[in-house]
Amino acid sequence: LKVYMLLRNLSSAFSICSPKVCIVGSGPAGFYTAQHLIKARQDVEVDIYERLPVPFGLVRFGVAPDHPEVKNVINTFTLTARNSRCSFYGNVNVGKDVSIEELQQAYHAVVLSYGAEGNRRMGVPGEDLAGVYSAKDFVGWYNGLPSCQELSPDLNCETAVILGQGNVALDVARILLAPTDILKKTDITQPALEALVQSQVRRVLIVGRRGPMQVACTIKEFREMVNLPDTRPEMMADDFEGVKEALKDLPRPRKRLTELMMKTALEIPSEKEQERQSKASRVWAFRFLRSPIEILANPDNSRTVGIRLAVNRLEGSGDGARAVPTGEVEDVTCGLLISSIGYKSLPIDPSVPFDSHKAIVPNNMGRVQHTAGLYCSGWLKTGPTGVIATTMNNSFDTARSVVEDMESGTVDVSAARPGSQSISGLLEERGVKPVTFSNWEKIDSLEMSRGEASGKPREKLLTVEEMLQVARK
Amino acid sequence: MAASAAVRSSMGLTFRLSRVMPDCNTCPLNRLKSCVSGAANVQRRGSFDSFRTINRNLQTSKGLYHSEEGSSNAEDPEDVVNVVYIDRSGKRIPVKAKVGDNVLYLAHKHGIDLEGACEASLACSTCQVYVSADHFDKLPEPEEREDDMLDMAPMLQENSRLGCQITLTRDLDGIELTLPKVTRNFYVDGHVPKPH
Repeated sequence: LKVYMLLRNLSSAFSICSPKVCIVGSGPAGFYTAQHLIKARQDVEVDIYERLPVPFGLVRFGVAPDHPEVKNVINTFTLTARNSRCSFYGNVNVGKDVSIEELQQAYHAVVLSYGAEGNRRMGVPGEDLAGVYSAKDFVGWYNGLPSCQELSPDLNCETAVILGQGNVALDVARILLAPTDILKKTDITQPALEALVQSQVRRVLIVGRRGPMQVACTIKEFREMVNLPDTRPEMMADDFEGVKEALKDLPRPRKRLTELMMKTALEIPSEKEQERQSKASRVWAFRFLRSPIEILANPDNSRTVGIRLAVNRLEGSGDGARAVPTGEVEDVTCGLLISSIGYKSLPIDPSVPFDSHKAIVPNNMGRVQHTAGLYCSGWLKTGPTGVIATTMNNSFDTARSVVEDMESGTVDVSAARPGSQSISGLLEERGVKPVTFSNWEKIDSLEMSRGEASGKPREKLLTVEEMLQVARK
Repeated sequence: MAASAAVRSSMGLTFRLSRVMPDCNTCPLNRLKSCVSGAANVQRRGSFDSFRTINRNLQTSKGLYHSEEGSSNAEDPEDVVNVVYIDRSGKRIPVKAKVGDNVLYLAHKHGIDLEGACEASLACSTCQVYVSADHFDKLPEPEEREDDMLDMAPMLQENSRLGCQITLTRDLDGIELTLPKVTRNFYVDGHVPKPH
């Protein structure tokens, strides 16, 4: 018996047990979490599962085509994916092809980073009429998200109204108004480019419930509107009453943005700028203190012809100011209505706690409540706002929690887990063929060479079928 | 750790040769005509990182890294800029840099975890650093685009700058660059709570 025990102790002392972590979702949150884990522990192995055959989430499908520098982060993620301790499994639908429970059994830790694929509804009559789209779907359409390719938005109207004043709203406005000569050199999809070339849209109103000091957009995007060729602003001076006095107390980012908006609304432009504006064929404007009450339909109730807005006043000031209806209403004619009031996360599995009010997975520093070994990062953790830098910090934070738990024994890494070995077996049984990172690189290569022909950085494949076909060549 | 980060960054550099490049027009070395990558100055090589934009002929930077180490040129004391990075855990990391070095890529070279998501194209704020008071005013004013990106940085301070926009000069000798600390309770939207 003593010899047996000695041998057992020796073998466990020499056994290599690499902690195995599974990450669900291959957008910035997934990749930054993987990056931090791999760097923090030399023994950890990370598997990233992604529903689509292609990685990178919103960096590929959310960031506007005319913001290619933001997409440079893909190079950082590619390095992580090519690390020997990181594996990418595309074309795997977690929740359908494999359950969270199965992943939890196969891995020491599971990190949910699948973001926010739903959107907040306006909750007003007429929301489902033709001509009404969520910004999420509109952006997905021009960025080549396979599930949005049938959107075919009708751009045969003069005025488009966008509800919401965040960066997504401004991206949509900019893509609707930018000269197509600029867009044709980007990775915007060919069908979207063609639709925009034919577009009759000449005026875009960007509408918010509250005032100028509550806009959610940032100065970079507002400045891009001001500088957008062949367009002119139509801001209203009255909207800025009392704003100048409030400026001095504002934190720097809010102050600079408010100053720029004020300048655009109140300052008389230089002669050169006046000339430029007079020649502009397109107009954009911010409208404040307006909330949607009803989307108005044409006589046979098939499509939208306008929107009825409640006129608000502000109670309080700063970030906490509230919009209170005054009783007045205003009708605005438009043929295209895009609601940009927020994305929303969806629950993936009944076994995973979900706060349906905030639409996040309840957690503490990334540790999912009441569920050992389960974590979350990115928008699923904190809600659907934030740029790359925010998501990066958020994901590093979750990775730190995972590492802490491994070190403290909360996550028991002494016992080996099968990781992708068992999951691959399950997937094969179920007829699911994962797409590897090298498979993705074939898709990547093809997209880039197709783009070269038309002077674009890439021509995206638009269907899952095509992607899988190319991946498996 | 430093070695793997250096390999990681040198591997990463092969990608940087093929994407959107920073703007020589805003570089003080270009203005002062003392860019070390200029034709006249082929002998004196500063950090590879400061002129990866120009030397497209270079093979994988792994090779270059070796040639830098094996360089027969003696270190010119006039060229040296002493820098101290203070990492997120508060650890001080002194680095002997050269005039013309870029703060972001210098950090990568020395294994300091300063992210540069957009690769120095003023499209993110992940390389934010706090600059020591004595040196902050010696830096050239940020261009509008840098200020716009800084506005989005979490934990923005008066002495914040983007590391990718700082090029070392002699009078920045002794500069200390602090990486924003990890706060486990940061606000997702960069909101700074009002002091109370």
